[in-house]
Amino acid sequence: MNTTGVKESKIDSKKNPNVVQTEELSGAEAVLKACIAEGVETIFGYPGGAIMPIYDALYDYMDQLDHILVRHEQGGIHAGQGFARTSGKTGVVFATSGPGATNLVTGLADAMIDSTPLVCITGQVFAHLLGTDAFQETDVINITTPVTKWNYQITDANEIPEVMAKAFYIAKSGRPGPVLIDITKNAQLQKFNYTGYTKCNHIRSYRPKPIVRKEYVEAAAAMINKAEKPLVLFGQGVILGKAENEFKAFIEKAGLPAAWTILGLSALPTDHPLNVGMLGMHGNYGPNVLTNECDVLIAVGMRFDDRVTGRLDRYAKQAMVIHLDIDPSEVDKNVKADVPVWGDCKETLPMLTSLIKQNKHEDWLNKFKDCTAKEVEVVIENELHPTSEIMTMGEVIDQLNHLTKGDAIIVTDVGQHQMVACRYAQFNQSKSNVTSGGLGTMGFALPAAIGAKYGAKDRTVVAIIGDGGIQMTIQELGTIMQSKVDVKILILNNQFLGMVRQWQQLFHEKRYSFVDIASPDYVTVAKGYGIEGNSIKQRNELKDALKKMLDHKGPYLLEVFVGKENNVFPMVPQGCGVSEIRLK
Amino acid sequence: MTRIAIIFSRRKINIESMNTSPSEVEGIHRFTIVINVTEDVVRKLVRQIEKQVDVLKAYFNTNDEIIWQEMALYKVPTDTIAEKAKVERLLRAYGARAVVIRKDYTIFETTGQREETNTLINVLAPFGLIEFVRSARVAIIKDSKGFHEKLKEFEETAPTKHIIREEITAEKAAEMDR
Repeated sequence: MNTTGVKESKIDSKKNPNVVQTEELSGAEAVLKACIAEGVETIFGYPGGAIMPIYDALYDYMDQLDHILVRHEQGGIHAGQGFARTSGKTGVVFATSGPGATNLVTGLADAMIDSTPLVCITGQVFAHLLGTDAFQETDVINITTPVTKWNYQITDANEIPEVMAKAFYIAKSGRPGPVLIDITKNAQLQKFNYTGYTKCNHIRSYRPKPIVRKEYVEAAAAMINKAEKPLVLFGQGVILGKAENEFKAFIEKAGLPAAWTILGLSALPTDHPLNVGMLGMHGNYGPNVLTNECDVLIAVGMRFDDRVTGRLDRYAKQAMVIHLDIDPSEVDKNVKADVPVWGDCKETLPMLTSLIKQNKHEDWLNKFKDCTAKEVEVVIENELHPTSEIMTMGEVIDQLNHLTKGDAIIVTDVGQHQMVACRYAQFNQSKSNVTSGGLGTMGFALPAAIGAKYGAKDRTVVAIIGDGGIQMTIQELGTIMQSKVDVKILILNNQFLGMVRQWQQLFHEKRYSFVDIASPDYVTVAKGYGIEGNSIKQRNELKDALKKMLDHKGPYLLEVFVGKENNVFPMVPQGCGVSEIRLK
Repeated sequence: MTRIAIIFSRRKINIESMNTSPSEVEGIHRFTIVINVTEDVVRKLVRQIEKQVDVLKAYFNTNDEIIWQEMALYKVPTDTIAEKAKVERLLRAYGARAVVIRKDYTIFETTGQREETNTLINVLAPFGLIEFVRSARVAIIKDSKGFHEKLKEFEETAPTKHIIREEITAEKAAEMDR
């Protein structure tokens, strides 16, 4: 298959004009060389027919690349996401063609909407079989187009180094996202003259960062300086831009109260005096109500999701809106910005900070305190220190906070436990909250926790999962067993698909349609996988059980039975404005 | 191509026509897409298109700002045309050109804007129009200087300067002063 044709020499001369040495390499090896050159250490994957040449090559690279064999490709990609979120690096996932590739789709969609950098490599049938309905052939490129930042099919090994370099560059730069590279089996097997790997840093049709327009930064600063009731909303952009310190300096200088989206959580320590809590449907009372009272709304790296804004025609109509975002298409998408500050917030925030005046906004901050007091009285006190016999999710999280002191990485699934965990969990450092925000993927937490642990090996990882979500990807206990992944699995079992049940109770006259979900004996299941576990129902067992879980060396599963029909409040019902938030 | 098309289909926006063609610069293709939506929607769509990794630049224009043409083919029974002199006159009047003449049918071609190609359908209908097909629109922006110059800028590594956005509206600024 080796050719010394025109195409090859063109690539060579373009990339490395002075190259003298070439080595003959298979496409499969070139893929792995690219991974190594990009600093990849951990790969999550599952082998199969069409990706066998890459796995064969991997056999020789085991000392340089740590491959984690997952139990399902969806688990692999969620692990890749968890890894990316806690490490700040790009997650790498291998899967085979056909079902292997289609199993990645949920994770791709999740990573796309939550801006998680991933490079997924899928095997594909031989190029001459494309379009023939060959065994395990599927049109992966077209299936994944709407859920990838970029995707590409390689049929000739000569393309591999350049395309891999592009893949890693696109996944990580600008607003990050998932990239999928589909490589036909012939290209993996093909021997070609490998001339080395050059990282990509420019694609002429791709602008990862818009230019920072000084006039807008100045206009924004002027607006903030005049504001009497400013409110900052921050999202994952702060974390992705590694701008936590810049952000803190910005809000501290002008005494700006800051509220977070679910993905922005942990960018600012929980106990920071300017942290006024969570936005959105199940967020805190203060930031929701006061969104409709502030005079200047400053959005930093967030995208005004409908779960944050509620009804748009009743959202912050009185306020001037300043929107900082790296992705120009986000500005004006949902909420019209009066001042768009395009650019990486790592650059724009310090520019803003230097232009704004020192301020304290004490009266305004006191309003948040008043709201918090009200919320504590009506909601939080009952959730954290309940008088009920059966435990609440909130008190479990509260107890966990006492033990972890806010140092753990918290991975959550989707549903009531997710809202409760995000509301009450304490965080001291960034990149500590891993959850499926935009897509709301049940089954995310267990595999994501595996990846989260590899992304931050010396930190404690606690996966908080409901009894619904755990059953969606429970097979990944196998991965935890085999690779001895030290994750703590905390199942909050309310014996219901709780969030759906809550909606059925509130909006569908308690018609509990198919939310009554049965669970296996999780401790026995864990035992089958060689994972130690415990299950508790009594409050007096809670502290010790949590402590035992955290102190245990290696993976551990703890199931806590909580109130069956507890609801998450406050709540902005769908179709309502944020100030119509209900406390009960 | 799919990447562009799904930006519209995902939002249930109907594409009136879509044409891909080479541009004046080798390796750069020009897509001409016709849609009928409000300016607000088209702005958002343009940003979504421009966000695609393989897209160099996206512009949006109204009909006034472009020169555009479509081409149409009409298949008509040859005997009708041969018999009726009126048809010949009509075809001349509408600037149609015979592309193929066979015993059983003749194919005419016109190039023009929508009304022009449409009118000829109505005119030919009474004489037994067998088949009709119209191409996607091709267009050129009146005050565009083309891609030769633009390309130099794209090859630079500096971030882009071209983002479509109005300045801060005067009324909002005034509101702020109050």
